[in-house]
Amino acid sequence: MSGILETPAERLLEAVRGLLTAKGIMTTDEIAERIRITDGGSPAQGARMVAKAWTDPDYKALMLRDGTAAAEMLAIPMRGLPPLGVLEDTEAVHNLVVCTLCSCYPRAVLGYPPFWFKSAAYRARAVRDPRGLLGEWGTVLPDGQKLRVVDSTADYRWMVLPQRPAGTEGWSEAQLAAIVREGDMIGVTVPKAG
Amino acid sequence: MKDELPRAMHDMGGVTKFMCDPVDTEPHALNDFDKEVDAIRQLLGMKKVMSVDELRRGIEAIPEGDYLRLTYYQRWIRSITDNMLAKGMFTQDELRAALEQLR
Amino acid sequence: MIAPGTQVRVKLNWPETRGPCHIRTPHYVRGETGVVERHLGDFPNPEDLAFARPAAVVSLYHVRFDPKPFWPEGVAPDELVIEIFEHWLEAAP
Repeated sequence: MSGILETPAERLLEAVRGLLTAKGIMTTDEIAERIRITDGGSPAQGARMVAKAWTDPDYKALMLRDGTAAAEMLAIPMRGLPPLGVLEDTEAVHNLVVCTLCSCYPRAVLGYPPFWFKSAAYRARAVRDPRGLLGEWGTVLPDGQKLRVVDSTADYRWMVLPQRPAGTEGWSEAQLAAIVREGDMIGVTVPKAG
Repeated sequence: MKDELPRAMHDMGGVTKFMCDPVDTEPHALNDFDKEVDAIRQLLGMKKVMSVDELRRGIEAIPEGDYLRLTYYQRWIRSITDNMLAKGMFTQDELRAALEQLR
Repeated sequence: MIAPGTQVRVKLNWPETRGPCHIRTPHYVRGETGVVERHLGDFPNPEDLAFARPAAVVSLYHVRFDPKPFWPEGVAPDELVIEIFEHWLEAAP
């Protein structure tokens, strides 16, 4: 069995797709539709949640209590997906998310996991030298801010609610959402005004 | 020392040999192969043919040399194929024939 | 159900050495003592789901550790929080 599994992956995909569709397990239309839906998930979804939480205390409370409900409130599809947990950054605590076992990622609100999140270097270093790891992004935490690493190992998916940056007073939700990046919601970077 | 523990190779938290590796922080767009493998995995889950835990178990069963050499989604299609064969969704002979037909 | 604030130890167990398995408890935390932060919910045991076996529903907790003693060089996080299933937890010594 191991021999055939060593077939180059592109060929394996073609053969497996052919067999799964020939046997009626799935159709090529379903595959195309799934790709289209998955492409629709993106960090812009999570950014909308963060921006709303920055401007609406009730929404923020809901988001921290039940991330799934908060996502659904913004029409982000969550049905059948793992529950979403939200980790709040404060002046006292900075959160960083990793999955040391594979690549558990809050895909519903951030899209496909980025290359770095899946890498051995990220997975190894996040729990053992996270400040050194943040240096890869040029991120330096203020003295006295506790660094809390969340190893996402099981059935939840975690996103970070970063601190609203100074200099954004009076901004609209759309303006705020535009400055929130993928890395800000995993904790490798922090949002900046402009 | 944690490095002396009998960990599985995918269990990478704090593993010394990766501690000096730089992180490639550049964006890497997924290609068509990646997206299709991802979509097939989702459909197998939705149709209750294969759970994500079965996918992971199949990935974890890849020998370490191959695991580190293969890309993320190359591991996935290998695990999916392994699982489909084990479940009898198709046989090795059928897979071999399908691969032959690609030539 | 384990109450928040309870001290717990992660079992020092290595199913990996006994045959095929699928374990969601990272190696580096086994045998270590931490504190239960909260009960996250109850989920079918992934150790069985991975083999398509009937899976009992098990409680999942967020457990907080001080990881500084885990590694020698002293640059570990200030706090480490991990999802751990109840059958991997025992009373702290």
